[in-house]
Amino acid sequence: MKPETLLYPTPKGLFCEKGGFYIDPVQPVERALITHGHADHARAGHTHVMATRETLEIMRIRYGDTFCVSTQEAVLGTRTTIGDVTVSFHPAGHVLGSAQIAVEAGGMRIVVSGDYKRRRDPTCLSFEPVPCDVFITEATFGLPVFHHPDDRGEIAKLLTSLKQFPERAHLVGAYALGKAQRIIMLLREAGYDAPIFIHGALARLCDYYESEGIQLGDLRPATIDAKDKQSFAGAVVVGPPSAFADKWARRFPDPMPIFASGWMLVRQRAKQRGVELPMIMSDHCDWPELTATINEIKPAEVWVTHGREEALVRWCELQGIAARPLHLVGYDDEGE
Amino acid sequence: MADYFRDAPDPDRGYALAVIAGTLTLKAVKPNVLRQLVLERMDEVLFRYSYDYVGDLAETISLVWEPPATGKPASSDLSLGTVMHQLETAGRANVHGLVRDLLDQLEGSSRFAFLKLITGGLRIGVSARLVKQALADMGNVDITEIETLWHGLSPPYVSLFQWLDGKTDKPKLDMPAVFHAVMLATPVGDNDLASLDPKDFAAEWKWDGIRVQLANLAGTRRLYSRSGDDISSAFPDILEAADFEGIIDGELLVGGTMRTNRATRTFSDLQQRLNRKTVTRKMLEDYPAFIRGYDLLFSGSRDMRPESFLTRRAALSALIEKAAPSHFDLSPLVPFSSWEELDRLRKEPPDPVIEGIMLKRLDSSYTSGRSKGPWFKWKREPYNIDAVLMYAQRGHGKRSSYYSDFTFGVWTESEGKDVLVPVGKAYFGFTDAELEVLDRYVRNNTIERFGPVRSIRAEPDHGFVVEVAFEGINFSSRHKSGVAMRFPRISRLRTDKLPRDADRLETLLAMIGTPEINVASPAEPI
Repeated sequence: MKPETLLYPTPKGLFCEKGGFYIDPVQPVERALITHGHADHARAGHTHVMATRETLEIMRIRYGDTFCVSTQEAVLGTRTTIGDVTVSFHPAGHVLGSAQIAVEAGGMRIVVSGDYKRRRDPTCLSFEPVPCDVFITEATFGLPVFHHPDDRGEIAKLLTSLKQFPERAHLVGAYALGKAQRIIMLLREAGYDAPIFIHGALARLCDYYESEGIQLGDLRPATIDAKDKQSFAGAVVVGPPSAFADKWARRFPDPMPIFASGWMLVRQRAKQRGVELPMIMSDHCDWPELTATINEIKPAEVWVTHGREEALVRWCELQGIAARPLHLVGYDDEGE
Repeated sequence: MADYFRDAPDPDRGYALAVIAGTLTLKAVKPNVLRQLVLERMDEVLFRYSYDYVGDLAETISLVWEPPATGKPASSDLSLGTVMHQLETAGRANVHGLVRDLLDQLEGSSRFAFLKLITGGLRIGVSARLVKQALADMGNVDITEIETLWHGLSPPYVSLFQWLDGKTDKPKLDMPAVFHAVMLATPVGDNDLASLDPKDFAAEWKWDGIRVQLANLAGTRRLYSRSGDDISSAFPDILEAADFEGIIDGELLVGGTMRTNRATRTFSDLQQRLNRKTVTRKMLEDYPAFIRGYDLLFSGSRDMRPESFLTRRAALSALIEKAAPSHFDLSPLVPFSSWEELDRLRKEPPDPVIEGIMLKRLDSSYTSGRSKGPWFKWKREPYNIDAVLMYAQRGHGKRSSYYSDFTFGVWTESEGKDVLVPVGKAYFGFTDAELEVLDRYVRNNTIERFGPVRSIRAEPDHGFVVEVAFEGINFSSRHKSGVAMRFPRISRLRTDKLPRDADRLETLLAMIGTPEINVASPAEPI
């Protein structure tokens, strides 16, 4: 069987005809399998959704109970038959609940990895390599320029700055699902036990992480009750990056704009956003991790979904691995 | 800065000066050497993708550089003077190994700084004027003395510092035909002219070529671009014809001089002659170059710059009178009595190769740089069309997260139907806020993706209209539409218009027209 008959790209997303389902569809469909809860992968409006318990829960928090008609919980490592194919979910290490989806029929196995990373993340399960014939990978940081440093060093930069500038509020921009909780956890691991202030947009997701046993410590809403700006001097405030460009940020004393993202590796990016302290921290693989993962899994073929697909395809060719870009439309290759 | 120059030893301070002033060029360390080094360890295609993304050679190499698995080489003396001296004295054969070792020894951001430094791209954000002022302060000399010497000296500037320290005499320039910083004009602002008397100014056409300085002193002939680059080798015809002694300032153009009654040709013809190391006989015949004189800096060895514009102009006129008619003419003055009259002339210039008016105070001396008051430039209005966005590409460098390079099109009839035909590309003109709007539109209205390029929805009733401003337009066989614009930029977002309201190709073709070649009578001195 040719892999293209098992899974192929359509304008709505990757489609499995034999199983009658889409994976991370970008438009409403009858049956959707979802890798993880980020908004460009998990959209509301499908009829039937299958995902891990955590991802279903995150979708419910973000979109309300009516985000779909019926749900089916995927248990990691358990094989489920849908139509003429078998599917199974495996940890992807991207954010809480994230999974790769393996699709099998007639002795052919394709793994859709969704978004993934290979580093330790105290807020989610680590990526698990699954042997397969075709490995479908993202390529958000698919260029040899991307080398993400050790995240402990990036946290140390923040801690040093807190000591150097005790009068300034440290505003850390981080995406609400995953990155924010990971930073808070890493700060706690580094021994930072002062209260951390969070933007309202993070509250429900942080609560959910807590309920899943991920202890984020003393979190407080970043609202000013006592009309005292100074109570935020030297404090860590975590919020979505968009909030810091907003009037919202003006309530803090001499705010220091910080952004935690893999893109911060590129000087011009940090400059452009007006970031004073760039923290290079990503929930995606960097270039060495992308290539090491392909070397480890040794698939017969690699398909690249979104990001910098041309470089990864080229690298695969140089390694003698068949590779092609899928040119999927609708995934945010910049938001991280 | 003056303190640093006083205290730091030679040659460290000289190299530091070169770094700050941007004059450091390490002959052996060409970008190509760096490229070769990186390609020893990396696939060429992958490197190209990386470079396209980052947009800066030094930063790209500093990011993709992988130290060898065997560990770093033993560290050596990394002071500025030592490293620069090693690099300057290393032969072509050794320089590869030297740079490779240094790159292996350095970490992330110092690797970046080192690469920026040796490629001359390290920007310190200090103007050339400020550096020269610091040097003048240090040696307690006038800044013009520094400026006169400046282009004749090179890093590490030991003779300059010795003189400023008071240890030796002022350095003698071994090449007299040296570049002198050119005088620049400021644009006419909204209310600039109201307070000025037309009688105090002379007006000249602003010709659309490139500004040059031609020097012929003590047997050395040189042609410089306005930034001081030596472009002599591309224009042997001009150098050969320059049989007068002195330094003139003028516009380099292609075509015939007014003195031979032949037409001046467009900038796209001049481009055939630019950026060439050598030039063929056929090039010289097909694209004859000449200089239209604007000013005289030196008459023989006599410095004319302190003189008034009127005095310099008279001397220039006399000099050009005797120079070869085929290669030199005098930029004619435009008589006028009021600003309103001049404004009318500006809007309807008599020659298509004119891009506006220059205003020069009659009593102004020739001063290098751009100071407001003595000279103004008053450009003709740009052309405008409304076009529809068709394709977008991610930008480079700091714009690499934005779709900022746009291909736009206008309507034309093809097989009985109206279709859009691409007529140009633009990647500037819009504000940062407008870029956000454009970028969002591209992302939400993508029909197809080809690598970094997105094809954007563009139908009569759904699409994005932009106003494109440009300086000129010509026929072109290289473009599908048959036309090529000069300096196109997106001047306004026309969210109030539908694509069906955008312009048609016929409108652009009509703009080319065939204007009468009708230059004012040969120059008269005033």
